[in-house]
Amino acid sequence: MDNYIKDRKIEADEWMPFTGLEDGSSLPSGDIYVPLEEWMQAREMLLARNGRLGVALRNTDDPGIIKDDLERLDLIVLEFPKMADGRAFSQARILRERYGFQGEIRATGDVLHDQLFYMQRCGINGYELRADQNPANSLKAFDEMTVTYQPAADEEFPIWRREPKSI
Amino acid sequence: MYQYSEQDHQLLLERVAQFRGQVERRVKGELSEEEFKHQRLRNGLYLQLHAYMLRVAIPYGLLSSDQMRTLAHIARKYDKGYGHFSTRQNIQYNWPKLEDVPDILDDLAKVEMHAIQTSGNCIRNTTSDPLAGVARDEIEDPRPYCELIRQWSTFHPEFNFLPRKFKIAVSGATQDRAAVAVHDIGLRLVRNDTGETGFEVHVGGGLGRTPMIGKVIRPFLPKQHMLTYLEAILRVYNMLGRRDNIYKARIKILVHETGEDNFREMVEAEWEKIKKGGLHLRDEDFEWIKKFFLDPEYEELSDRDGEFENLLLTNAEFARWVDKNIELHKQPGYRIVYLSLKTAHQPPGDVTADQMDAIADLADKYSLGQIRSTHRQNLVLSDVRLKDLPALWGELKALDLATPNYNHVTDIISCPGLDYCALATARSIPISQAITQRFDDYDFVNDLGDVSINISGCINACGHHHVANIGILGVNKKGVEVYQMTLGGSAREDAAIGKIIGPAFEADEIVDAVSDVLSVYLENREDPEETFLMTYRRLGDAPFKERLYG
Repeated sequence: MDNYIKDRKIEADEWMPFTGLEDGSSLPSGDIYVPLEEWMQAREMLLARNGRLGVALRNTDDPGIIKDDLERLDLIVLEFPKMADGRAFSQARILRERYGFQGEIRATGDVLHDQLFYMQRCGINGYELRADQNPANSLKAFDEMTVTYQPAADEEFPIWRREPKSI
Repeated sequence: MYQYSEQDHQLLLERVAQFRGQVERRVKGELSEEEFKHQRLRNGLYLQLHAYMLRVAIPYGLLSSDQMRTLAHIARKYDKGYGHFSTRQNIQYNWPKLEDVPDILDDLAKVEMHAIQTSGNCIRNTTSDPLAGVARDEIEDPRPYCELIRQWSTFHPEFNFLPRKFKIAVSGATQDRAAVAVHDIGLRLVRNDTGETGFEVHVGGGLGRTPMIGKVIRPFLPKQHMLTYLEAILRVYNMLGRRDNIYKARIKILVHETGEDNFREMVEAEWEKIKKGGLHLRDEDFEWIKKFFLDPEYEELSDRDGEFENLLLTNAEFARWVDKNIELHKQPGYRIVYLSLKTAHQPPGDVTADQMDAIADLADKYSLGQIRSTHRQNLVLSDVRLKDLPALWGELKALDLATPNYNHVTDIISCPGLDYCALATARSIPISQAITQRFDDYDFVNDLGDVSINISGCINACGHHHVANIGILGVNKKGVEVYQMTLGGSAREDAAIGKIIGPAFEADEIVDAVSDVLSVYLENREDPEETFLMTYRRLGDAPFKERLYG
């Protein structure tokens, strides 16, 4: 629980992952997130429930699949199966910048200190740190760099359109 | 050249502090070697055969004399007194200690240099034409575009964990001196029918195990779209490039497997959605960046000089150097001078700290204080007055930097090979030196004309053997280093991948094999104007095979 960071604060995680709709098990209350396939299969049933909803994408999914449902969702969970696999950086930017998703975009998997700065810039604001990470130290990662050159989820323009020109 | 803003400086200081923290966390055991590897690689630090290797970025190959002096200082203080210029215009140090690296980065930051993204699966240092801004065949100076790409790609948050490394080259002239066709993205400045400049966009070139020439996925991209288009290509690659097999992860494989037309459609579809975004370049953005690359205030000079012409007639050695290592300049009375880093005494591309300091002084004295590094691992003084050539020649000769061999048989590209590299399977430097020693007769070198020999010490092809007229690949066959030969490659505007000519040669046979191939050329060329490559293309493999194996 305490290795979760939301909006640059260490927080308790209120969300529960949920799978197993096909077993006919009754849906739990509270805030749950389900894999994309289950969302596609049981969309109406999930929406009829009380509590907030999230969807977990695999990093090979096209985020455009859920673009029309984003207003009904409060959480999109992205996966970083290993540090070197950066596909979800693109998914995050597309969700934020193209589809204007306002809820939490959460990184799961190999979520490590040295990626947090980049994740934040791509619009990710929830971080399930890998168990061996020190969350208090990790908070410092967001401020290790203050200069950004290119537009991303946090900046509309590149640096040369933001700052007074020095020449 | 580009002058750092306060933010550029700030970024470098923050990056050095961050890396210092990463080294500390590694030393304390908070970072595993595997995780630290990703961080150190993004700072140009490789673990090699005997030691760490640090690769320092030289953005588009442009250096000030003060930067060169800092490179000399680093070679002297933290290394064994030399550095190695790479085929991507960067410089590598072979012996730094891990604990010294943060201090080296501090020293570099003072002169606006760094090792950011010189390795790792991210967008690497952008390379360009070493004659940018001074070449006679230039359509437009590529450096302002390179600098915009440098800024866009530096710590790009989305593209820092790509499937594989990503190399971009930009050329602005009719001749391609930047090898754009063998880059992940190559941009060639071209003019359309209405006189507007834009880019011919090549994607999916590269060497390594699966050499490929890039495909032109857009013949003309108006320049205001340069960065949005690059972003679209990178996004498609980041999301769809293969990650299951390191040898199939470069964008060339994605383009090949997807098909050129499908790949183009995906890029264009993504581009449509972002082309009006914040990366769209406006006229004022180009005006701003171009001010950093304005022509210096050239003197009005005659394109003739009495002392120069006199020495040309009376000193054969000077005449050879002028013939081989001097190129015409767009400004009358000026010349472009190649400093050959290819002698029989040093590995190709190596420069000692003392040479670096001396080159910096020569740049200040004769060439407006700037130096360029080239794709073929040489250096350039780009703005030398014709009347200064005799004096400069004397000084270069004393420094052993005046070998008259630019673009000739002994101007060999070589990777570090098994003498340094952890990946290498064979030595390459001793082979390049043996070839250089064999062809030490100037008249013979001169007669052979324009010909390229490149040597790689393993199939990763850092020595670019695939695109040499004569390529040599060292491999280890049952414990013995043997050398495979390819013929007919080119890294220029007529880019081509060379063809394997036949079974490999042993180390003590390969120099003779090169000599045989060159003899076949000399015997068969129609006239001295026909280069090796032209003869090969006209005759094909047969006469070469016959001589080598017949």
